[in-house]
Amino acid sequence: MMADLSLNQSASEANFGKIALRWLLYALLGLFALYYLLPLFVMVTTSLKSLEEIRTGSLVTLPREVTFDAWKTAWSGACTGIQCEGLRPYFWNSVLLAVPAVFLSTLIGALNGYVVAQWKFKGANLIFSLMLFGCFIPFQVVLLPMARMLGLMGIAGTIPGLIFVHVIYGIGFTTLFFRNYYVTIPSELVKAAKVDGANFFRIFWSIFLPLSLPIIVVTVIWQFTQIWNDFLFGVSFSQAGTQPITVALNNIVNSTTGVKEYNVDMAAAIIAALPTLFVYVVAGKYFIRGLTAGSVKG
Amino acid sequence: MAPILEIQTLFKNYGSTEILKDINIAIEPGDFLVLVGPSGCGKSTLLNCIAGLEPITGGSLHIGGKDMTHVSPKDRDIAMVFQSYALYPTMSVAKNITFGMKVRGVDAATQDRKLAEVANQLQIEPLLQRRPGQLSGGQRQRVAMGRALVRDPKLFLFDEPLSNLDAKLRVEMRSEIKKLHQTLGATMVYVTHDQIEAMTLATKIVVMKGGVIQQIGTPAEIYNTPANLFVADFMGSPAMNLIPAKVMQNGGGARIEISRGQGGPIVLHDPKAEGLPEDVILGLRPEDIAEAGFRAGEGVQEAECLVDMVEPAGADTYVVSELGGKQITARMHAETSASAGSSLTFAFDLNKVSYFAPETGDRLN
Amino acid sequence: MSEWLENHLPKIVLAPSFIGVLVFVYGFIAWTAWVSLTRSKLLPRYEIKGFVQYEKLFDSPRWDTAMNNLFIFGTLFIVIAMVLGLLLAIMLDQKIRTEGVIRTIYLYPMALSMIVTGTAWKWILNPGLGIEATVRGWGYENFSFDWVVNPDYAIYTIVLAAVWQSSGFVMALFLAGLRSVDGEIIKAAQVDGIPTWRIYSAIIIPSMAPIFLSAFIVLAHLAIKIFDLVIALTGGGPGYATDLPATYMYAMAFSRGDIGQAASSAMIMMLVVFTIVVPYLYSELRSKNDG
Repeated sequence: MMADLSLNQSASEANFGKIALRWLLYALLGLFALYYLLPLFVMVTTSLKSLEEIRTGSLVTLPREVTFDAWKTAWSGACTGIQCEGLRPYFWNSVLLAVPAVFLSTLIGALNGYVVAQWKFKGANLIFSLMLFGCFIPFQVVLLPMARMLGLMGIAGTIPGLIFVHVIYGIGFTTLFFRNYYVTIPSELVKAAKVDGANFFRIFWSIFLPLSLPIIVVTVIWQFTQIWNDFLFGVSFSQAGTQPITVALNNIVNSTTGVKEYNVDMAAAIIAALPTLFVYVVAGKYFIRGLTAGSVKG
Repeated sequence: MAPILEIQTLFKNYGSTEILKDINIAIEPGDFLVLVGPSGCGKSTLLNCIAGLEPITGGSLHIGGKDMTHVSPKDRDIAMVFQSYALYPTMSVAKNITFGMKVRGVDAATQDRKLAEVANQLQIEPLLQRRPGQLSGGQRQRVAMGRALVRDPKLFLFDEPLSNLDAKLRVEMRSEIKKLHQTLGATMVYVTHDQIEAMTLATKIVVMKGGVIQQIGTPAEIYNTPANLFVADFMGSPAMNLIPAKVMQNGGGARIEISRGQGGPIVLHDPKAEGLPEDVILGLRPEDIAEAGFRAGEGVQEAECLVDMVEPAGADTYVVSELGGKQITARMHAETSASAGSSLTFAFDLNKVSYFAPETGDRLN
Repeated sequence: MSEWLENHLPKIVLAPSFIGVLVFVYGFIAWTAWVSLTRSKLLPRYEIKGFVQYEKLFDSPRWDTAMNNLFIFGTLFIVIAMVLGLLLAIMLDQKIRTEGVIRTIYLYPMALSMIVTGTAWKWILNPGLGIEATVRGWGYENFSFDWVVNPDYAIYTIVLAAVWQSSGFVMALFLAGLRSVDGEIIKAAQVDGIPTWRIYSAIIIPSMAPIFLSAFIVLAHLAIKIFDLVIALTGGGPGYATDLPATYMYAMAFSRGDIGQAASSAMIMMLVVFTIVVPYLYSELRSKNDG
């Protein structure tokens, strides 16, 4: 369409209509961009305003006086219930939770996907189907027994307990990702390596793993986003002190003690969103690939 | 000499489907065995069974005198070249070739020496540091062969290694493989669906169909005395003419009648046809039907036929006529006087004739 | 021994995951199903009493509200997100020069936690200080936009925020679908002089049926599971006005200490998910195995 326009510069009426249509198109796209950007804009400006300015000013104006007090409070002073240490400890809880959980679920998913795609045995497809169905259950249906199970295992309310939960319910998707990637690799590669004398793990380590960088990136991003943003497991299986950042954020926002500090709420929300936003900005391509791979299978 | 590969009553099932039925093959050191057949005939499965990549359902398999029926591929002392070459995509050519030695714990000095030898032999020295993705089809083929050669195994297995190459390269690589076989004196098992490849390379051919061996023999045996209609039709291009005919016994030889498109049947006499049943399929290769006057001697008989079509093909001209209700092809010299729509006297060389039973397809003479 | 190990290694590697899924998914579903048939209250009890919990559930006005809300929310969310996503995808498919940037803007909410989304929209929709106050500040003194605290309208604010979060993702799905349509068919149609809108409505969109299905499944799945957004945006309130099955289940399980109700409501949620997802997954796996 762009090419059409530049070719026919003669100011015919049809051409004028086309140009008008194009302007309309851009205007609409811009309008929607505003719709998506507005909340972020409001969050950022609000977090930089003083409480006084928030009360007197308007939602969409830039701060008259930029202040980072709200950010400081959100990071190290805001109250999540009775404690007032800000988000900092919970941020680290989320890191301590996400890093091992992402690593383990990705590793297990890679091995599972490798088996299901390249070392098929009788029943392997059934097992894969069962795992896939497991991805789609509403987690409410496992909350109660899981709470008891974590208690029995002695890891209730701990970060290792949360890691365990995230790994268990993450391997369905990670297996799916790796399986779909590995089925595209010709099976002759495994045969050649077998004849060369390599065993199961050697073939995985020397041949499949070096090929897997793209899918590892996709899986790690997917898992990281899922785990970092999780609220349901976090709120159900943590206790004061081990809560992940989403739970802490919700507590700050809904804490009823003292004056409502909207600027602190917004700063806290941004802090909680920063890691995944950062990942999205630097590796958006892989992020989208994971999203679509997670929904359009095969 | 003891056979280097001996397969006895091998069966292979997938669930309830029989893929391979009662396979018996034995080859000597230095043999070049080609497994040939249409796709789905089980030839690749058989090769995978020999390699140990597929378990077998019944029977036994010996390599170098040792029972290898249940031994894993790595301990069978074999090397294999695959249709897709199956080069390890993230490793350099050199690493691809030495991977097997590295896995087996061969010391670095030996690895380097053998790599150099093979690289020299296949003239791939300039490619050693490249990745497979940076190579052309022919180069990949060479690297795949290098990976097999470096292992110096008892048995080389090739799974349609030339089918991904273009026609010209295929012919080139074919003669290289043949040369390699001759210089190394190695034993090879080679799978192909291309009967010309089978004829040019093999010292011994196994023709397969539907998981059953149809015939085992040297290329000449397979070509000249096919065991059944399938082999006769499958091997050779253009294919053998298979002409329905009637045999009349008249003591001391037999009369063979073949219906013609126009006029009465043509009549040939062949003492070899004595004792054959009345209905037969007569098999004669295109080159065994010539223009009268260009082929003479005992057993050559002439008959006039109507030419339907003339197809010049450079060195030869193919002349098509209708006999026994079939389009038959005669391979004549380029300057033949044949022209479509006119009659021509054909010379049939009955020394080369094969007779088959129409119902079973088996060879009769 | 090592031979045996080598042959069974794939099974051994898959076994822990398989057992894990068996116990923690299917075993747990069975546990929840069992408990939903008992009179469990604060602690689980295991003697089966039939469908008392389900009877109680369906008699509960709060559950009734939750299911109604799920229906309203689910329908609006799915329809709006699909229509908006498709519209955006088609607009972006017109060789837009800044496509990369715009796509990034439309999609970033998907990277956010629902809690963050809820927090942001809660602030924007706050009647005293958000949009309402802003518009009033512009001179429209009578402007009123208090949906988030209005029991009759609060559920629509959840739709608004959920659409904001997910429509970019639907757009990405549809955009990928538009791009995968065979270019030659489109060229052929252009040569035939078929107008662009007809090419979309008659050729491209019908050929994207599988993508519509995928998008529908994903969105329906999101809708039924939605929990964190409600908690952050309205907390299920005002009153129970924005309760959804997921918040109902959570409240029963962790605040009310009514395990029986929690289990039975979870089972109903699973039933709803499975009636939507199972046929889809089944056909997916089937077609893959046949292919």
